[in-house]
Amino acid sequence: MAKKATKKKSSFLFEGSDWTFDTMSRTYDAIEEIAINDLGLNVYPNQIEIISSEQMLDAYSSIGMPLMYQHWSFGKHFVREEELYRKGARGLAYELVINAKPCISYHMEENTMAMQALVTAHAAFGHNHFFKNNYLFRQWTDAEAILNYMEFAKGFIAKCEERHGPAAVEEVLDAAHALMDHGVFRYRRTPRGAPHKEQMRARKRQEYEERTFNDLWRTLPSPKCGAEPSEAEVEIAKRKKSLRLPEENLLYFLEKNSPILEPWQREILHIVRKIAQYFYPQKQTKVMNEGCATFVHYYIVNKLYDQGMLTEGAMLEILHSHSSVVFQPSFDDPRYGGINPYALGFEMMQDIRRICTEPTEEDKRWLPDIAGNGDWRGTLRDAWANHRDESFIQQFLSPHLIRKMRLFVLSDSEKDDYYTVSSIHDERGYENVRRTISRNFDLGMIEPNIQVVDLDLRGDRQLCLQHIVRDGIPLAEKNRAEVLKHIRRLWGYDVSLHGVDNTSGETVYRDSTAKPEAAA
Amino acid sequence: MPNFIDRRLNPKDKSLSNRQRFLRRARAQLKNVINQSVKDRSIADVDGRQVVNVPTKGIGEPRFHHSPRGGKRDQVFTGNKEFTSGDRLSKPKQGGGGSGGKDAADSGEGNDDFSFTLSREEFLELFFEDLELPDLVKTNLKEVIAFKPRRAGYTVSGTPTNINVLRTMRNSYGRRIALHRPKQSDIDAIVAKIEALESQPGHDDTRARRLDALQDDLARLLRKRKIVPFIDPLDIRFNRFEREALPNTKAVMFCLMDVSGSMGEREKDLAKRFFILLHLFLKRRYDKIDIVFIRHTHEAQEVDEDTFFYSRETGGTVVSTALEEMLRVIKERYPTQEWNIYAAQASDGDNFSGDSEKCVRMLDQEVMPLCQYYAYVEILDEREADIFRSSDNGTALWRAYQEAGQSWENFQAKRIAQPGDIYPVFRELFAKQNKGAGAPQKAKA
Repeated sequence: MAKKATKKKSSFLFEGSDWTFDTMSRTYDAIEEIAINDLGLNVYPNQIEIISSEQMLDAYSSIGMPLMYQHWSFGKHFVREEELYRKGARGLAYELVINAKPCISYHMEENTMAMQALVTAHAAFGHNHFFKNNYLFRQWTDAEAILNYMEFAKGFIAKCEERHGPAAVEEVLDAAHALMDHGVFRYRRTPRGAPHKEQMRARKRQEYEERTFNDLWRTLPSPKCGAEPSEAEVEIAKRKKSLRLPEENLLYFLEKNSPILEPWQREILHIVRKIAQYFYPQKQTKVMNEGCATFVHYYIVNKLYDQGMLTEGAMLEILHSHSSVVFQPSFDDPRYGGINPYALGFEMMQDIRRICTEPTEEDKRWLPDIAGNGDWRGTLRDAWANHRDESFIQQFLSPHLIRKMRLFVLSDSEKDDYYTVSSIHDERGYENVRRTISRNFDLGMIEPNIQVVDLDLRGDRQLCLQHIVRDGIPLAEKNRAEVLKHIRRLWGYDVSLHGVDNTSGETVYRDSTAKPEAAA
Repeated sequence: MPNFIDRRLNPKDKSLSNRQRFLRRARAQLKNVINQSVKDRSIADVDGRQVVNVPTKGIGEPRFHHSPRGGKRDQVFTGNKEFTSGDRLSKPKQGGGGSGGKDAADSGEGNDDFSFTLSREEFLELFFEDLELPDLVKTNLKEVIAFKPRRAGYTVSGTPTNINVLRTMRNSYGRRIALHRPKQSDIDAIVAKIEALESQPGHDDTRARRLDALQDDLARLLRKRKIVPFIDPLDIRFNRFEREALPNTKAVMFCLMDVSGSMGEREKDLAKRFFILLHLFLKRRYDKIDIVFIRHTHEAQEVDEDTFFYSRETGGTVVSTALEEMLRVIKERYPTQEWNIYAAQASDGDNFSGDSEKCVRMLDQEVMPLCQYYAYVEILDEREADIFRSSDNGTALWRAYQEAGQSWENFQAKRIAQPGDIYPVFRELFAKQNKGAGAPQKAKA
């Protein structure tokens, strides 16, 4: 092991609580040694920035980006955070990390040296590794370009404000922000090829058809001649195809097809959409991302301590803040606020390590692929790279951990006046608990499924949206109407929204910006 | 080795402009909140740090999200204690409870009022409807001067109460060392030696000689101690005080208001803003401000703030009674050499016929000589505002006060119909004062 390579076995990296750039850099090197050579992490180059608490508040309010265009909603978040912080109701994060290359982590100047060590391991290696290796981030975000892009976005929007007035820009941004959750591509799609490529493909397809032409096919009777689709239906199908409907990325659709937007407004939608897409992987990997960072810092500081590089005082301080981060209160505790993603992620990764090295019979039955393979580092790296929360939980949550956290499923049906405990942590319940918790962390379940399904560009140009209602869970109505108004503003004509039940296909509700009676 | 960057010295307040955008956005709601706070708060603390609660209307950020209620949903919780599968738990009657673990996560901010703190400047700007308050600290009010002793070094003469012990003892110590004043311990040592020799039995010459020598020493030391005293008049130092002219830091503000039936809710609200503004000006200048509320109908009385603004009186209107009451209070409690006196009067202009002349006479002869400043506002109906724009015509009281305004520089009379009209009343005064203060400086240079 790499442990032997470090020579200064007895010398502490730092003593006392004050940090200097010197101790920071020495500690960083020791952490890097373990992270790279022991854990085998693969990270972007690090850039560590020291900021004050006020700057942390600033960073908070602009959704964690170092550069951000200006908008009143960021000011709103700022005053809110500031109020909470001043009152002492909420502490500030010790760090903030940005998925960019180089990977930027903000460390608070108030941190003690022990905290700086923890934070370095957590952000500069844990999160950093996750950003660089997880497939979602690799697929959807461009770490090298994001900062340049944000600089462009900020400048562009400032210029728009100069030219068109802040009010006009604000209106577009408000509407775009309302659709931010529905401004992402959820699946990889074939890129729309350049025109000459399209032509080439068409020619190839034609050649293929010519080559495989068989006159016999013509003689087959056409199926169900009577049910020939009517002309109108054909028209609709054609129209939908030409607009590539249905489309779930509402912002993309509006950007490309809105009849009233000017080019600069389309560009603003594009910017907001890009940012939404950039953050989309982070929303899907809360448990994994935090779990990975927490696991990495926990492993590294323990290693440092074992090598005699941390004082006992520093270690105690680190453990104290570590345990408050992974604290998971029970459901009946007043502090309970749902499942703590740090706790779940960390516990699961510790559990994977246990399963790899000292599996029980039960583990071998449930997780035959990894139980006892001995290579927990490789297993974890693989999990970090190839999963998101939902699949990670579905794949790796072991009965052992379900029992340890005493997880149980509560079913809530609107028509009953009671809740049912449908499963608990026993042999019969493991499967259901695991499935349910994984669905609870599935963004596809958390966010409503809303798509553009139709519009008639030659008629009244009404834009039809469809909400696929799952399990009868409706949208929050007040917000629904507000958001529709925003969409109408971007689309320029009336917008209607239909809720369609996912199993029966029945229309559950209709809402429209057109006329009050249509909304009934 | 990573790239360390110290960003602490970067400019702060990156969010300032976002904050301003937010305030602009929430303006309508903030105005309501602040108007409310004018009603709820007393004059003196209206501009304190303001925690405002803004309803989320207009500053909401709507998104499509699932409703916390309805449909069928499964949710995983931690920390099961006694449940087994199949157990049924009755739902709590209203909201609350563990039911909607989801709703908090989904809706984020919820529909509660949004609460945050306004800075003083932000509050004042909203309060006075975009009036840009000038840098009030620089305003130069005329004031009564008082004297206050100020420490100014040390002196060799003075009264015993002002002796500076530390200085005196330090001088004494230095002198004693320089002049070799024998210490008590030296004397004690010699006395002890003498006693020791004397107590020895027998006689011999050497001992007698030594004893003599010691006696001589002792006598010399004692003599020297007398010559060099422990404390000499030379040592003594006194604290020196200078009388310094100090601007008087106390002010009293008289609020006079007509509370007869013709003053309605709106009039009183405007009057309150007017009083608040004067108070704000004064607060920047003085450490201690007393506020005296005098209300009048056909008779005047001093009341507390609540009664002043919120109780109703009926009766006629005789303005001079309020002036009389004010003079009485000044005589009783606020001698002019100690207090700066400011007066603000609000009325709708009604007065008992013939009384207005009496008021002007009283102002001219008695009130104005005592006051730093006297401001009068006449609160107009909004519909009348345009008719009465020019100051010539108007009620008898108004015309009478116009006269007073001409003879006294520190008298202001204005008509107001909206909160925005209040500020100019004071602006003219302070602008004038600034000019006055600027001129002599120029002459000096």
